[in-house]
Amino acid sequence: MSVMLEGLPDVTAGRLEVEDYLRNFSDLHPPLTRHEAFVESDRCYFCYDAPCMRACPTSIDIPLFIRQIGTGNAEGAAETIFASNILGGMCGRVCPVETLCEEACVRNEAEDKPVKIGFLQRFATDTMIDAGEHPFRRAAPTGHSVAVVGAGPAGLACAHRLALHGHDVTIFEARQKAGGLNEYGIAAYKAVAGFAQREVDFVLSIGGIRMETGKVLGQDFTLGELRRDHDAVFLGMGLGGVNALGTEGEAAGGSHDAVAWISDLRQTVELGGLPVGRRVVVIGGGMTAVDAAVQSRLLGTEEVTVVYRRGQPDMKASRFEQELAQTRGVRIMHWAKPHRLHIGDDGHVRGIELERTRLEDGRLVGTGEFVSVAADMVFKAIGQTFVPHALDETGIALTGGRIAVDEEGRTSLADVWAGGDCVAGGEDLTVAAVQDGKVAAESIHRELSAFVARQTAPVEA
Amino acid sequence: MADLRTDFLGIKSPNPFWLASAPPTDKAYNVVRAFQAGWGGVVWKTLGEDPSVVNVNGPRYGAIHGPDRRLIGLNNIELITDRPLEVNLREITEVKRDWPDRAIVVSLMVPCEETSWVSILKRVEETGADGVELNFGCPHGMSERGMGSAVGQVPEYIEMVARWCKANTRMPVIVKLTPNITDVRYPARAAKRGGADAVSLINTISSIMGVDLDQMAPSPTIDGKASHGGYCGPAVKPIALNMIAEIGRDAETAGLPISGIGGITTWRDAAEFMALGCGTVQVCTAAMTYGFRVVSDMIEGLSRWMDSKGYTSVDDFVGLAVPKVTDWQYLNLNYVTKARIDQDLCIKCGRCHIACEDTSHQAITHLVDGRRHFEVIDEECVGCNLCVNICPVEDCITMETLPPGAIDPRTGIVVQSEYANWTMHRNNPMSVTSQQFAAEPVVLPGE
Ligand SMILES: Cc1cc2nc3c(=O)[nH]c(=O)nc-3n(C[C@H](O)[C@H](O)[C@H](O)COP(=O)(O)OP(=O)(O)OC[C@H]3O[C@@H](n4cnc5c(N)ncnc54)[C@H](O)[C@@H]3O)c2cc1C
Ligand SMILES: Cc1cc2nc3c(=O)[nH]c(=O)nc-3n(C[C@H](O)[C@H](O)[C@H](O)COP(=O)(O)O)c2cc1C
Ligand code: SF4
Ligand code: SF4
Ligand code: SF4
Repeated sequence: MSVMLEGLPDVTAGRLEVEDYLRNFSDLHPPLTRHEAFVESDRCYFCYDAPCMRACPTSIDIPLFIRQIGTGNAEGAAETIFASNILGGMCGRVCPVETLCEEACVRNEAEDKPVKIGFLQRFATDTMIDAGEHPFRRAAPTGHSVAVVGAGPAGLACAHRLALHGHDVTIFEARQKAGGLNEYGIAAYKAVAGFAQREVDFVLSIGGIRMETGKVLGQDFTLGELRRDHDAVFLGMGLGGVNALGTEGEAAGGSHDAVAWISDLRQTVELGGLPVGRRVVVIGGGMTAVDAAVQSRLLGTEEVTVVYRRGQPDMKASRFEQELAQTRGVRIMHWAKPHRLHIGDDGHVRGIELERTRLEDGRLVGTGEFVSVAADMVFKAIGQTFVPHALDETGIALTGGRIAVDEEGRTSLADVWAGGDCVAGGEDLTVAAVQDGKVAAESIHRELSAFVARQTAPVEA
Repeated sequence: MADLRTDFLGIKSPNPFWLASAPPTDKAYNVVRAFQAGWGGVVWKTLGEDPSVVNVNGPRYGAIHGPDRRLIGLNNIELITDRPLEVNLREITEVKRDWPDRAIVVSLMVPCEETSWVSILKRVEETGADGVELNFGCPHGMSERGMGSAVGQVPEYIEMVARWCKANTRMPVIVKLTPNITDVRYPARAAKRGGADAVSLINTISSIMGVDLDQMAPSPTIDGKASHGGYCGPAVKPIALNMIAEIGRDAETAGLPISGIGGITTWRDAAEFMALGCGTVQVCTAAMTYGFRVVSDMIEGLSRWMDSKGYTSVDDFVGLAVPKVTDWQYLNLNYVTKARIDQDLCIKCGRCHIACEDTSHQAITHLVDGRRHFEVIDEECVGCNLCVNICPVEDCITMETLPPGAIDPRTGIVVQSEYANWTMHRNNPMSVTSQQFAAEPVVLPGE
């Protein structure tokens, strides 16, 4: 171990040439050309009661939109998509389709090659967003106002649907930019060219939505105030915290929370200026772990090791994500968990000591066997948590540390709805957050409409 | 290896694949390249009288494509050759001299006057060409001048011109028929009465390929306007096959040699035309789409297929399918089929269900015990074959024949072993043995 502790930690910026950054962080999948889209659209069988559609959390009418692409009606296709999923543009880029719509595609049965639904969805939605159009017109103003907390996928989807129905919406967003993890979390190569912001602009172009950035619930205002000033409130605050490793040395220099680091990366314009270690270890087995590992490699890290405490099939990152990591030269080490960080005299990490693991009667246990891996940076990506402080003293019910909701997104408070990552029982996917926001908006709309109906009903004698 | 040599009206060629009269055969340059590629013969691009015609200088073609731009149908407004007669005749002479084993037939179209035909026939004879094909087919341009399909649509003219030609040349005369008529048997009979040695068909079908919705004019446009053209390519094959079959089974024309044309793209297409009685086949669009090289697969594929069937020469199978073409009224009504879905092949797309449910007989399930499952309901299935045709998986749905003695669950009637057709059916109001319009298949001599 002494060998590892010698020398200075190697964390520097500008490991690569300027053009390498451009290439590495370009579009993971270049968009389909018009011709490719035509050819691919012809592969869709226009299934009856299509299995893909059932597998899409937002129930996009996939056979219809693909047929519309095939008939040269990409804008109509876009409208079909946006009618079910206003963030269809981002979803087409980031959905783990291999476990959603494309997994269900009947083309798998015969040839293991699903229709490229995600790519086609992107093709169609790009057509409309690039043209600067918006497919829907707001209904006449209802006079109701709704507050939405958080401008992530859940908040945006909810706000759009409410605005569509004619309600006035104000979004309160803690960060300086709207978009939530679309802007601060999704891997850079999945949403290039400022797409997250373009999509936010597209969503807001429906009108009737006021965006208040830099406004933090629990700091700048309280839930009580929101409930007082608005007819309904939707909470789409995502997950503010991360799980702790609970190991020695966690606070040392060079030890990072992967989500925060990715967020910095996403906000860095000149990636050559972002420091990264020569050797990086990432702890975790989900999408965040893979994204941190791959993006480190793309920034010029020589050795990246993902350490996961269980076996390959248990990893939450999809098969596709795992393959992506491997083809980008990331080493994945299974059945090992962090024991402690090796810290140099300067207080900076030099490596990590891991304990081998195995299953014993279905329980994960350490084997007592230890290995060390040298590292100039360590990322922890072992899960995010909901931070309920902002809701302290509101009496809102939580389950498993997240907000408890019914199937319409209602919380325990009468006029408060919630959705996205911050609610219990979710899938922690962009598309799932969009669906939550949409469902909650419809529920709020029904509630507000019923309220109006009650107010205006003739009084019975 | 099967012997692909053909002898059509005494015109010999190393294989039955000829290029149809069209741009691929308009010049020695093209024809020589075709022969180098292996084509058995050509019908030279139609010659006319000098001064030569002129073509439009804008687009001549329009097309229908599949999604991968596969060409499905082609449309043209080209006229007959626009090169001087002299030049064509000289080149024909040279090519025939250099390629004596290949068939060279010369297509002709001159005004409907005997002197015009007599004079051009003499000149063609001097080239050493193997025969002539009378172009009574082009539906555009030339027809406005009383030629092409304007002649082909009037059986009396066909007969008259064919007779003039037969009387004025020693060469075999082939009459090329237009499909732009209501019943192809009339022009075919006329050709035969006029003494023609053979017919060839089909020429192109009058067509407008589409409408440019921005210009609000048919496409492709020439300075804002368009005229109808002639349609060819894979899409026209079924129409050509039917017309060929009609001629093959008509009592008056049965046995008349036929050179088959229309959408032939593969060896299999060619074999199908030949099975319906064509001694040779002619190809235009496939060559214009892919180049002359397509003939390699046609030759190799046909020969391999013939070997697999034990046919040693093309005569072994030419016309074998003709006796199987019959009128609806003679189809066996005691032949009962039911669709069968192979559950191992089924990918559960549901198309069979919705096609049958929405547009036919409600005979395919969608859910069975709450599970997505597609299965034929024999009580409803009329055996129509729609599901077989629209299922995206080959051989996933097949038709099963109910054996005699079985009960058809739809009708509750026992399947009879005897053949019984409409003419014998109790619902037939006239109860006549035949409502004759077309003849029953003729038994060809030697069968
Ligand atoms: C690194 C990473 C990669 C991912 N990759 C993918 C992927 O490829 N595909 C996929 O489908 N999913 C992916 N996900 C998951 C996906 O990003 C989330 O499921 C989705 O963004 C959840 O949406 P949301 O609106 O619930 O929350 P968020 O996107 O987190 O948005 C919540 C918003 O609320 C704001 N907020 C929080 N607290 C307050 C407050 N007190 N006051 C005001 N505003 C507040 C936040 O600033 C944020 O803007 C990834 C997640 C991470 C972390
Ligand atoms: C551009 C073009 C020009 C043609 N010119 C003639 C012609 O001059 N004489 C003729 O008899 N047929 C002509 N045809 C018709 C073809 O010979 C042939 O009958 C028709 O194209 C159908 O065959 P295919 O489907 O293989 O193309 C022409 C066809 C095309 C496409
Ligand atoms: S939103 Fe996602 S899951 Fe739904 S169809 Fe689009 S890519 Fe598939
Ligand atoms: S399952 Fe596949 S083939 Fe069927 S509609 Fe969906 S995308 Fe098309
Ligand atoms: S059309 Fe064919 S593949 Fe599709 S459900 Fe029916 S039988 Fe199965």
